[in-house]
Amino acid sequence: MPRIVVDVMPKPEILDPQGKAIVGALPRLGFTAFSGVRQGKRFELTVDGPVTDDVLEQARTAAATMLSNPVIEDVVNVEVLADESTETVEAN
Amino acid sequence: MSEVPLIADLSARESAPLSGAALSGARIGVVTFPGTLDDRDAARAVRLAGATAVRLWHADTSLGDVDAVVLPGGFSYGDYLRAGAIARFAPLMGKIVDAANSDAKLPVLGICNGFQILTESHLLPGSMIKNDHLKFICRDQTLRVENNATAWTSEYEVGQEITIVLKNQDGQYVADKKTLDELEGEGRVVFRYVGWNPNGSRRNIAGITNAAGNVVGLMPHPEHAVEPGFGPLDPDSSDYSTDGLGFFTSVLTTLVAGGTK
Repeated sequence: MPRIVVDVMPKPEILDPQGKAIVGALPRLGFTAFSGVRQGKRFELTVDGPVTDDVLEQARTAAATMLSNPVIEDVVNVEVLADESTETVEAN
Repeated sequence: MSEVPLIADLSARESAPLSGAALSGARIGVVTFPGTLDDRDAARAVRLAGATAVRLWHADTSLGDVDAVVLPGGFSYGDYLRAGAIARFAPLMGKIVDAANSDAKLPVLGICNGFQILTESHLLPGSMIKNDHLKFICRDQTLRVENNATAWTSEYEVGQEITIVLKNQDGQYVADKKTLDELEGEGRVVFRYVGWNPNGSRRNIAGITNAAGNVVGLMPHPEHAVEPGFGPLDPDSSDYSTDGLGFFTSVLTTLVAGGTK
């Protein structure tokens, strides 16, 4: 069954306390290559049937109205993951 | 709702702002979502102020005949997705948003998770993110009252400092600079943290109101500071603070006066 992936990230100007905590902890484990971490969210919406334009539009609307809060977050990606395949369809 | 016996004798306390019999007919709805924790405390505060608490369920499709609504604290729907995000889409929230925005200007108070629900519902601007120190925090918190012209703060003086309980994980109030400047310019910052900013909120904001003054949201919990013997200690008197009761008596005064503004 196809899945639609929605990626949501905190806006660049919003302090990301979780990301800050992670970037502070990385060097303690020997990972010294990273100067910043931002923690976001990935949603996978499963579709029973083909991903039509209407389905994709619903996913975009859900991403903008419920899956993200535009005050603090950006929807950075909405794309279809085809089943049994690594091929992706750009949906932005 | 069955009546819970009141343990404390409020009348014995001179400073307790007891409301008159004229206010006792008011019906204040208290909404319970899955994961709400403080609905009983809020209902108790309503009764201590002299009104009738009406239990409302998130899946209700009607507000009934309530005169005001309290969205209490807790973790509605487990705060999954974002704090307050899923509660925004509850059937009853649509009714509350409509009533708050209508000419009747239904008074709505959002406490903690209720405040988060109000921002997610766009009844109040901005949003709440995780505390800047990343920890859940629970402490007695002093606030300064910045605006006593709202439906929920008329019993306070501007500049008055009150001590109530603060307990939250996602209590850091954020908004863009334009929104913050608008809130400041229009006097819509209702409460600010005094002494220490416990969660990194922009401009020490603890609570705000909408343009009409009928919707108020704040992170600390007035419903936990309404009777002697319980809740936070009052730093001025070494006694227990009942500073939170003013929220609930304020809204009764507002209702008797015929609404906000």
